[in-house]
Amino acid sequence: MKNIENVSRRDFLKLSGITASSFMLGVNLPISKAQAHDDLAHELNFFVSIESTGEVTLVCHRSEMGQGIRTSVPQIIADELEANWSKISVVQAKADKKYGSQGTAGSASIRNYFTTIRQVGAVARDMLEQAAANIWQVNISQVQAKNHFVHHKATGQKIGFGELSKHAAKLTPPDQKDVKLKSNSDFSLIGKDVKQVDLDTIVAGKAKYAQDIQLPDMLIASIQRPPVVGGKVKSFDATEAKKIKGVVDVIQLKERPFPVNVMPLSGIAVVATNTWAALEGRKKLKIKWDHGDKQVHNSQSFKKELIEKVNQQGKTVSSKGDVYAHKYNPQNTLEATYTVPYINHAPMETPAATAMIQDDKCTVWAGTQNPQWAQGMVAQELGLKREDAHKIDFNVTLMGGAFGRKSKGDFIVEAVELAKATGRPVKVIWSREDDIQHGFYHSSAANYFKAEILDNGKVDNLISRNAYPPIGWLFNDKTKTPSDSQLSLGFADLPFDLNTLSYENHEVDSFVRPGWVRSVACINNGFALGSFVDELAVKAQVPPRKMWLDLIGSDRVVDPTEDGFKYSNYNLDPKAHPIDTKRIKNLINLISDKANVEQKLPNGQGWGISFLRSFGSFVAAATKVEVKGNKVTVLEMHTAVDCGIVITPDRVKAQMEGAMIFGLSIALMGQITVNKGIVEQSNFHDYPVTRINQVPKLFVHLVNSDAPPGGIGEPGVPPVAPSITNAIYHASKTRIRDLPVNKVFQV
Amino acid sequence: MISLTVNNKILKLDIEPQMPLLYALRDELKLTGTKFGCGAGQCGACTVHLDGQAIRSCVTPISVVAGKNITTIEGLGGNEDHKIQIAWKEFKVPQCGYCQSGQMMSAAALLKQNSNPTEKQIESFMQGNICRCGTYKRIKAAIKSAAKNTKGIS
Repeated sequence: MKNIENVSRRDFLKLSGITASSFMLGVNLPISKAQAHDDLAHELNFFVSIESTGEVTLVCHRSEMGQGIRTSVPQIIADELEANWSKISVVQAKADKKYGSQGTAGSASIRNYFTTIRQVGAVARDMLEQAAANIWQVNISQVQAKNHFVHHKATGQKIGFGELSKHAAKLTPPDQKDVKLKSNSDFSLIGKDVKQVDLDTIVAGKAKYAQDIQLPDMLIASIQRPPVVGGKVKSFDATEAKKIKGVVDVIQLKERPFPVNVMPLSGIAVVATNTWAALEGRKKLKIKWDHGDKQVHNSQSFKKELIEKVNQQGKTVSSKGDVYAHKYNPQNTLEATYTVPYINHAPMETPAATAMIQDDKCTVWAGTQNPQWAQGMVAQELGLKREDAHKIDFNVTLMGGAFGRKSKGDFIVEAVELAKATGRPVKVIWSREDDIQHGFYHSSAANYFKAEILDNGKVDNLISRNAYPPIGWLFNDKTKTPSDSQLSLGFADLPFDLNTLSYENHEVDSFVRPGWVRSVACINNGFALGSFVDELAVKAQVPPRKMWLDLIGSDRVVDPTEDGFKYSNYNLDPKAHPIDTKRIKNLINLISDKANVEQKLPNGQGWGISFLRSFGSFVAAATKVEVKGNKVTVLEMHTAVDCGIVITPDRVKAQMEGAMIFGLSIALMGQITVNKGIVEQSNFHDYPVTRINQVPKLFVHLVNSDAPPGGIGEPGVPPVAPSITNAIYHASKTRIRDLPVNKVFQV
Repeated sequence: MISLTVNNKILKLDIEPQMPLLYALRDELKLTGTKFGCGAGQCGACTVHLDGQAIRSCVTPISVVAGKNITTIEGLGGNEDHKIQIAWKEFKVPQCGYCQSGQMMSAAALLKQNSNPTEKQIESFMQGNICRCGTYKRIKAAIKSAAKNTKGIS
């Protein structure tokens, strides 16, 4: 397995000042095992155990937030193992470096680890085959594993996995590099819809999320955090709060310095024997705040500053030719500025974590996308050395949605701080207001495009600029520009055939905590790109499909590094995951044909399309809307996805369906505003998300492909919003360049 | 002391009368299938049945349900065989699953009062239940299918 040089990781580590070992993005999984023992479960490696009965236990080391990874990872292992799916049970890994990276973010689980996950299964299969070969006293080449048995090729004899397991467990695992993986045509489970691992427990109401943890003697904590990032408690009075029946204590959390990192925001915690008492006690707190420097922030004036910035030349990210030497023909030139507001994740399960400290042992239960990162933070909080982080017993629960929010461990450290302070197990629960007002927001962003339509109809002389608070600010509060890997998110990697272009970025200060929200900067970059291509099509008086295809040009592989840009390609090997224009054009044509976007529609209706390649996958979207008076109704939405090899087709479809709904929320309603540094929204009444009565007919078109798998959790989102606003233009001639739509139309 | 019936069991609770039913179920009775989502009756994650009607337990004080019959997801089908639960599995509705207890409780209450709802009636009844993962298409399909299903508990 190749070690992929990971530019973003280097940037990240440099910014955050933490060591490589504390933030493992390693590609190699160490496939070794604990020593063999003779009890019922025989461990073949860290991920695979087989009982004498043939029951197989597989470890899922990635975190489940609804994307279906607890099905897909075991499915890949079981396929290479040649195990029967009905005999598989899945256990969730605790935080442990022995599993390699557990950071479940960037739609990376399959796209970055497909081969290593397969090797886990293949190594175990090889051991079972060797065990059978030893029994029959033949060379391993004379045997073959198939559907839970190892078969003797010459005699047709077979021995079950259960019977072989105790022998196999005594063998030394082969080197993962020496084990032959199946050819794609031999896949038995990959590409098939197996039963979701957690379906039955969810439907029974028995699935356990972080909010559901119950321990004897446990306290519940609700925390009033500083309204402004960096704010501090001047003074507080807890007298009335402590009078509430059930309130055990009121505790001031320690102040936390800049950079804010992903650490807690401090504040005043009310701990109580039940949730209601904690919430009621919190209402009675009297706190005087020092709001600090960030209280100057107003999102409305901030947006104007961003717009002003991107309408001026910025710092060159990458360029080809000299656009500034070119004399634009104003008649044929199009300029446009697009803006996206702060957006919040708002997972249905608000953040929650439980910590218990007994003597020198700390146990944590949390719904987290990044168990090892959080484990390291907990160790630091408790004054342990980083190398002792493994002493924290860190349990990973199901997450009731996450969308990037739960990669940050702030709420977990809060629980640890309070468990330490109270000497009892503490569950920290965030209210919806906490979640909306103290999040890590998708940055308010402005994007600018300029291009010229030449006399021959070809578009050239493109300028693309963006400006937004960079996520790197979390880790170094001097940071004002995004890293190269952030600028690789649908910005400086356009698949267009241009002679002259300039990608530029501006420095921006941060005032609220910026964070990764499902598809990250692809949200604003994708919105601007998809809108601008549509605007070019309108100006050139050609169908949007033709404008996309003309811009993309011939079949080829686009290499953004040619123009000097340090393109990160989502940490993927560009040879295995190229920007392949043929695949893009195929998708543009597929979505246009499947949705029939060039059909004649009644007045007031329109189709819009868009496209973005992100996280190693190619996704196009098409939306049909009706605009009647001031009201927009979305009638029909399609996505077409080429994500290479598909592991679980129905879950890929589910992710695309979900991405359409998530994109619909962003396009129509998603907006966090800030005044005097304080978030103005508080719950679903003023931060609305898509409801069932707003949902149109949804269609997903999956492309068959043998290409290495791309990501699936995020890539569906970016093309959705521009497909909606483009449709609104074609229905009404009203161009939305400033999201969300509900500023202009009723939705 | 407040007395109520939860999933056919008569219970007595010594708690503040203003405590919302949600926290009584989750903290006191350890019935964690009913979820917190917003605390304001806006998202439906906490939906349970009060004498067969869907209510938002996060804004219903326990005193209001004294002496009444409450059904939670744990008691919906008894053996996970309510026709809504059967349909939820058939259409593989859940993604993260967190909102689905509330979705299923609302859907079951809908079918109880309208055994064959139209698409518009489903949308109207279910619009108080948010699913951030975006499983709405399958929720609609599952409700329509359950309405046609004569097997399973209703």
